[in-house]
Amino acid sequence: MNSRHTDHATRAEKFNLDESRVDWHDKTLWFIREKRDKAAWQIPEWEQLRETASQIKNNVLSNLHDYLIEFEKNAQKNGATVHWASTPAEHNKIVLDIIKQAGARNIVKSKSMLTEECHLNEYLTAHGIDVVDTDLGERIVQLAGEPPSHIVLPCIHWKKEEIGELFHQELGTPKGNADPQLLTNAARLNLRNHFMTSRVAITGVNFAVAETGEIVVCTNEGNADLGVQLADVHIACMGLEKIIPRRKHLGVFLRLLARSATGQPITTYSSHFKKPREGQQWHIVLLDNGRSERLGSNDFRNALKCIRCAACFNTCPVYRRSGGHSYHTTVAGPIGSILAPGLDMKKNADLPFASTLCGSCSNVCPVKIDIHDQLYKWRQVLVRNGHVSAIKAIGMKGMAAVLSYPFIYNTSGSLGRWIMRYFPFLFSNRANLWYKQREMPKAPEKSFREWYIKNRKKK
Amino acid sequence: MTVSLFVPCYIDQFYPKVAIATLELLEKLDVDVIYPEKQTCCGQPMANAGFEQLTRGCNSLFIDNFSACDYIVCPSGSCVLHIKNHLHADGQEHKAHSIQSKVFELTEFLTDVLQVKSLSANFNHKVGLHQSCHGQRGLNLSQMSELVASPFSKTTHLLKMVNGLKLVPLNRHDECCGFGGTFCVTEEAVSVKMGKDRLRDHVENGAEYITASDMSCLMHLDGILRRQKSKVNVIHIAEILNSSKSKLI
Repeated sequence: MNSRHTDHATRAEKFNLDESRVDWHDKTLWFIREKRDKAAWQIPEWEQLRETASQIKNNVLSNLHDYLIEFEKNAQKNGATVHWASTPAEHNKIVLDIIKQAGARNIVKSKSMLTEECHLNEYLTAHGIDVVDTDLGERIVQLAGEPPSHIVLPCIHWKKEEIGELFHQELGTPKGNADPQLLTNAARLNLRNHFMTSRVAITGVNFAVAETGEIVVCTNEGNADLGVQLADVHIACMGLEKIIPRRKHLGVFLRLLARSATGQPITTYSSHFKKPREGQQWHIVLLDNGRSERLGSNDFRNALKCIRCAACFNTCPVYRRSGGHSYHTTVAGPIGSILAPGLDMKKNADLPFASTLCGSCSNVCPVKIDIHDQLYKWRQVLVRNGHVSAIKAIGMKGMAAVLSYPFIYNTSGSLGRWIMRYFPFLFSNRANLWYKQREMPKAPEKSFREWYIKNRKKK
Repeated sequence: MTVSLFVPCYIDQFYPKVAIATLELLEKLDVDVIYPEKQTCCGQPMANAGFEQLTRGCNSLFIDNFSACDYIVCPSGSCVLHIKNHLHADGQEHKAHSIQSKVFELTEFLTDVLQVKSLSANFNHKVGLHQSCHGQRGLNLSQMSELVASPFSKTTHLLKMVNGLKLVPLNRHDECCGFGGTFCVTEEAVSVKMGKDRLRDHVENGAEYITASDMSCLMHLDGILRRQKSKVNVIHIAEILNSSKSKLI
């Protein structure tokens, strides 16, 4: 189990110290869930679309090896250099070597959760490369020295007034001015300078089409396009699972992605990169990092279908009230809670428990990942592997012992209720976490069983 | 038709009135109800905490108590869902499967098996209906707001048969209350905040009572209501459906 200072519950408790901020965070994300609902209801065949996407992704996972080879062959034909990395360290070294070869000192990068997963920024910075995130939300958290708290809306936990203050300090905007248009313009002017002077641009990949060897990058700001078009070298970083078989399948995913993510019918830019322009280098780095191992797990392979829309974040009542940083992992929220233990069971043993198993996540998922069932299954795996506190294990064994024998159950039930009635202070104290903000249930004199034996049995 | 009454452990110990209401309601509807006395718990508290391997005792007790009957009825969607998804029995899997096909949550049993068309219940109050997640999303007791699909609700269908009862509209009609089993103490801060937010929705929309098909949600919500010294009460749906004219007014 994680140390007490950093687990989800402790971080969430801290987040909840400012209740009005929790309310604001919850309402902001619920608003996006509602926008998603409205957008989904515009498509009468929405559920069929989800099912189709799910089946395409199932097919991809079952034939991933072949599709990857097909993709590599076609991408190479188009002029790309394809690199394979099994670990984040390998991935980062490949990227650094390309940058060094190009003789670049500063680069621009559009949004990529994969590079966050690899902690690429820190790595490149440590090797003397200046990395600028060009997605506005990512730029804000980068200036603040924080990781994103949400995979689609990286700075959703920041209020505009706070961004105003940050920009005042970092970009010299007027103090006290939080006008979104002014702040966006300041960011744009600052970023433009970086775009113009960067000879290498990194992008993420939303979809890689095996049939054509092209990649598709979805943004609302056009920052991926601007970076790539101005740079001599384009590096596209992707996880193995981003493959889709044919170009015709793209329509299914593009219709689902933005509607699920933000309630937009489609992202402002859905950019297809198929061939480098004359004189430009194009590198594609494919990362495994545990994905092929997960592919072999019947219970958890399904999580590889994820298209990173974050609909499960926005609908999750726990995420909305604990904030992305409580998850202490690159991908937060429900999907992060089933991905993270696969990468590091010990460090992320708390995350599958940061859920009530309400099931809303699985219902909004556009590719029908059984998220809440996987949370349940991860709990079993974690306990079996000993990633559980000794106190909890003893408590559970005690509970199981009582509930396995009717006589012990009935006797301890009567005794427990008797103690609760006559010595309530034993339960009504600060050591009892239930009682901290809730009253205890009132203990009745008789259990139902006792009532039944007295009133009905001899009838 | 013989129905075995499956009474969740915490209802047996803390809310016997909910089990009594369930029993009386089924008897009013001419159902022959028996209560297997050696039942304890479905095993969900351990399983949801990751200790499925400790539920063997509960599983075999459940199978011993409930194999011989036509139907099993329980006033808790959560416990029924656990049995449906996770009841196992080494070497007796056929018995587990047989139980899984005949276990019903109370409102599901009333709607789908008995096909109740009317009730003689009276409850002259404004009521907020809390959709318990496991009943709703697990057992499909009502349509889920995430899906693009036609609305229906077995719980609302039954509540509409109750004289005098007014259902209040909610701003978020199927958000989780935050109970979540051991989650309610292991993630105490978020659990309570979720509960407070659910309650505010009900209270601001004028509910005098909050009902649900799961008492565990209501136990959590009631704990917060009483700490807030609120006048709003919780009541299990079985108690409303069983409320008679003579008891009220």
